[in-house]
Amino acid sequence: MTATLTKTTPTMAARTKVLQRQGAAVALVLVVAVSWLVFPRFGSLDNLRDLALQGSFLAVIAIGMTFVIITGGIDLSVGSVYALGGVLAAWGAQYGFLVALLLPLVVCGLIGLINGLLIARTNMAPFIVTLASLLFARGLLLVITDEGATTYKIASDSAFVELGRGTVFGFGYPIFIAAALALVGGMLLNRTNFGQNVFATGGAEQSAVLLGVPVAKTKVLVYTMSGTLAGLAGALTAAYLQSGVTVIGVGLELDAIAVVVIGGTLLTGGMGTVLGTVIGVGLIKVIQNVINQIGTLDSNYQSVVSGVFLLIVVVLQRILRR
Amino acid sequence: MTQATTQAAPSTAVSAAAARTRWLQDNGVYVAVGVLLLFNAVFTANFLTVGNFTTQLVQAAPVLIVALGMALVIGTEGVDLSVGAVMALAAAIIPLYLGAGWLMAITMALVVGVLAGAFNGFLVAKVGIQPIVATLALLVGGRGLALVIANGQLVQLRDPTFLSLGTDDVFGIPISVLIAGVLALVIAAVTNRTTFGRQLVAIGGNRKAATLAGLPVTRVLIGVYAITGVLAAIAGVLATSRLAASDPADMGLLMELSAITAVVVGGTPLTGGKVRVLGTVFGVILMQLVRATLIKHNLPDSIAQMIQAAIIVAAVYVARERR
Repeated sequence: MTATLTKTTPTMAARTKVLQRQGAAVALVLVVAVSWLVFPRFGSLDNLRDLALQGSFLAVIAIGMTFVIITGGIDLSVGSVYALGGVLAAWGAQYGFLVALLLPLVVCGLIGLINGLLIARTNMAPFIVTLASLLFARGLLLVITDEGATTYKIASDSAFVELGRGTVFGFGYPIFIAAALALVGGMLLNRTNFGQNVFATGGAEQSAVLLGVPVAKTKVLVYTMSGTLAGLAGALTAAYLQSGVTVIGVGLELDAIAVVVIGGTLLTGGMGTVLGTVIGVGLIKVIQNVINQIGTLDSNYQSVVSGVFLLIVVVLQRILRR
Repeated sequence: MTQATTQAAPSTAVSAAAARTRWLQDNGVYVAVGVLLLFNAVFTANFLTVGNFTTQLVQAAPVLIVALGMALVIGTEGVDLSVGAVMALAAAIIPLYLGAGWLMAITMALVVGVLAGAFNGFLVAKVGIQPIVATLALLVGGRGLALVIANGQLVQLRDPTFLSLGTDDVFGIPISVLIAGVLALVIAAVTNRTTFGRQLVAIGGNRKAATLAGLPVTRVLIGVYAITGVLAAIAGVLATSRLAASDPADMGLLMELSAITAVVVGGTPLTGGKVRVLGTVFGVILMQLVRATLIKHNLPDSIAQMIQAAIIVAAVYVARERR
């Protein structure tokens, strides 16, 4: 044991760390470079704008998931909550911009709050609690849409639609919202006491409790955040699609978890970055985009590639940590 | 004397409460099934008929088969999220080999199940990845792979012997129910009467101690995940034959949720170290009865889902902190 310890000299440890933290970034640069050279359409401004827009919805959810995973938890409810947020926004849009935006944030935030309270106060496993709220949120969605039969449309001239479809230099508003949230998320994680508590909770919960870190409060906060962000992503999607589509978001939690993990955040908690998550989103979306460009490959390859990528990353993480 | 009694009183109250909680943990599922059966016998028309029970059992059979494997995995303090994807893979494999006969098709589907499970087990036991993550990769990729194999299409199946698996019965008991029952007995025997079963529970109770005691931890874990894989494949085969079509897009969707729910409701703790096979069987029956009751009383799917969510939380709440 000591022999292996001495063998992992500082340089090797440093190299390991770089690979673990920047692995996704290196992969992203490579994939982008190759795609740029091989597919003429990949580098077109239209395609890049589309890529960024598609990624922004997932990024909003994944930022919340990053916080949850760093505390050592997991939130499986985000896919359902995202769909619920979209439907609530579309329904609320008839009462104006503020209702359309705030209603999903409040309701989805409440679901996150309940997740957090159950997990922090009763010591139930996060994946089982959020599994239940996955079902619950889907059920709630079905209740307000007459069992999924009603799709609420948003008038195309409403201000709320602008939130999803408006552009600056052709880049959609959701891209800027996601970027701003990533910035705020990164600051929150690395520059505030709350961020320190998040790391401490996931790093060594028992010690954190003994050191007086407000573990329970931190957990409640991260799950509330995750729910709220999933609701926001749903609202943005509804604004973009101009309707509250009821069937979206199934399995989205897996995409979110996958990009967080690919971005170098440890599923065991205690370590991770928001920037890594954003890079993870970029990587997955570029790969999906390339698969679409090839054309002859059917879209089901996307999930195969995502799965394989996830596998490679977790195996590498594991090996590098030895 | 008085001091002694005043001291003893709170502790008996505590132990009585603890005993009640423990009793509820151990027997809650049987009581719940009994209550639901009674409720339906009184308030639901046409409930106490052979036809109805057969329908309920046929619907529950694939879930039960998957849940049996899940109980074993959870007993080792793991979880297998990939069972639904493995069912989809099995469904996608069948039409490829059905031309070579039904036996070949089923064998290949089961082989794929074993391989998928062993792969999960390898990742968990050898590489040392958390079970949730290791099986998540297959959940994400497995269904995609199944859809790639099937070209994303539903394939109608016509082999009469294969289809009879889903339609025929023996002495009035549908074949799938019979298979599920036999498998439940086998898994119960494996957990309670074999070395493998003891080792599995020991590993779930304390993996470090099991390793130090010289148990073949890696081999047992890979075996458990392989069993879960093959059971999921069997469920996929039976569900496919009942459907008379290979449908990798929908086959086993959210099955991991149903299976985990049934296992947890049945009193197997998520913290490992204990496997309750009979509890799992009743957990499956309970969830099936809940669904049937809600449907027969015309409650919509939405409410049914929300009630299921509440049951999961309640069951886990009662079961938490038990070892």
